[in-house]
Amino acid sequence: MTIRKKIKGRIWKFGDNIDTDQIIPAEYLVTGDPEELGKHAFEKVRPEFVNKVRKGDIIVAEKNFGCGSSREHAPRALIGAGISCVVAKSFARIFYRNSINIGLPVVECSVKARDGDDLEIDFEKGIIGNMNTKEQYEFLPLPPFLLNLINSGGLVGYVKKQLKK
Amino acid sequence: MPTISEKILAEKSGEKKVEPGKIIEVEVDYVMVNDVTGLPAFEVFEKFRTKPKREKIILIPDHYVPNKDIASAEQARAMREFAQKYEIKNYFEVGRGGVCHQLMIEEGFVAPGRLIAGADSHTCSYGALGSFATGIGSTEAAAIMATGKLWFRVPETQKFIVEGKLNRYVMGKDIILHIIGNIGVDGSLYKAMEFYGSTISGLSLSDRITISNMTIEAGGKTGIIPPDKRVFNYLKGRVRGNYREVYSDPDAIYSEKFEYNAEDIVPTVAKPSLPENTAPASELGNIEIDQAYLGSCTNGRIEDLRIAAEILKGKKIKEGVRMIVVPASKRIFEQAMEEGLIKIFMNADAYVSGPTCGACLGGYMGVLAKDEICISSTNRNFIGRMGHKDSKVYLANPAVVAASAITGRITDPNELE
Repeated sequence: MTIRKKIKGRIWKFGDNIDTDQIIPAEYLVTGDPEELGKHAFEKVRPEFVNKVRKGDIIVAEKNFGCGSSREHAPRALIGAGISCVVAKSFARIFYRNSINIGLPVVECSVKARDGDDLEIDFEKGIIGNMNTKEQYEFLPLPPFLLNLINSGGLVGYVKKQLKK
Repeated sequence: MPTISEKILAEKSGEKKVEPGKIIEVEVDYVMVNDVTGLPAFEVFEKFRTKPKREKIILIPDHYVPNKDIASAEQARAMREFAQKYEIKNYFEVGRGGVCHQLMIEEGFVAPGRLIAGADSHTCSYGALGSFATGIGSTEAAAIMATGKLWFRVPETQKFIVEGKLNRYVMGKDIILHIIGNIGVDGSLYKAMEFYGSTISGLSLSDRITISNMTIEAGGKTGIIPPDKRVFNYLKGRVRGNYREVYSDPDAIYSEKFEYNAEDIVPTVAKPSLPENTAPASELGNIEIDQAYLGSCTNGRIEDLRIAAEILKGKKIKEGVRMIVVPASKRIFEQAMEEGLIKIFMNADAYVSGPTCGACLGGYMGVLAKDEICISSTNRNFIGRMGHKDSKVYLANPAVVAASAITGRITDPNELE
């Protein structure tokens, strides 16, 4: 697993403080399987999401995305639903760590967008473009430690390397 | 110059000093998983094809046990089998344990100066005993099981000072809700919180645990209270191994300081659907409730049951309202029986169950129907947290929960006097 240099995707827009109970309600926490969890993503707050989400779609949100529980099931559900990246003004820290560790790209950046807009993210240059509004946004690349972690295959790959040493 | 967090992280990373913002790898003292976060951790662990650091691992089924359905039964079995396969001693079977955070403290795993990671966001509770403790994911838990280590970014630390004497029926819960109402649910994002002042040092350990427990609701990485005699006494005959208390230096650098007057804090309620939506319980107007819930890692301790029982003694829960009481551990349940509290709850028509997290996260044993309202001693009032998406959760201290169960509407217990 490595971060692709560039991705494009259709936007699902969310607001502030999207908590992990909204991302994956607790009643489904009886499996770790991304596909299975993905069937219930945002079920309570946006029931249309699971039917209309397409592989490669991008979530754009405001502040404190992923707040609440430590459940790794939340980023797993988004991966299972086909989400390729989450862009938010800020992230709750456990969600952020979990996403990086399991290979869901997360970008801290305040982006103006609406549902259905198309977004292009250039991870190498640190630029996000909203194809509909033509606006561009810059973001800071991840620190070297985290880039190395992602390029090692996430935390699992990283730990495997450590164990070989 | 370092804060408590910086000192513990430096020690555990083998460095003399660590600055906020730096990413370090640390030796973790203990890693805890529950039945929900355990299963994915065990699946990841098997990929490493190695032996676990078994003395560091604590396995506590509490979310969906006693098993709520077949899927959760399989999940609980996965934990039991993992414990057997790798001969992990610290596995706490149903009937021997309780809610994970309460048990971690009761069982003496938590002590000052330790670094503890748990695959449950409320692991930050242990800061009440001077640990650096924080919530992590399942893959991270598996990594610690395999290597004993994990990466952390050294957080900035915020200082919270509370001075003065608390008003009647004001508890640790009200202090932390007051602070979250002030700084917001992302007021401590990525940061460590430290608590000081005469009010904090005058609190029972139970109230302190409530404060540290809810620091995650402000986005905090951990919430630490400098350990004192109350903590050392609690640990006597209980703590596993040795420990060394850690304090911040007098000239420690804090990213922000917040000061509060205890006199300004009243019995407080967090309205739906965020813990920052706080208001005095006395000013909510007529909010009729369907359920009153007393329990959880936030407020399921003996002190919480005692104050609720004091209010409920000789009274009946309002017709049309159901009250659920869930002591957070077997020990607390036993103590509540010995003190006659369980009898008081049952005489008042409350339903009392053995320890489980079930209702707090809308799993089972107290799920809310459409449009139902619950006053709850728990920590989260998110949309659909305890059940249907159109149900509502109001967070409050155990005294408010008990008073509201009697009147059938959200009530400041001072009103009943």
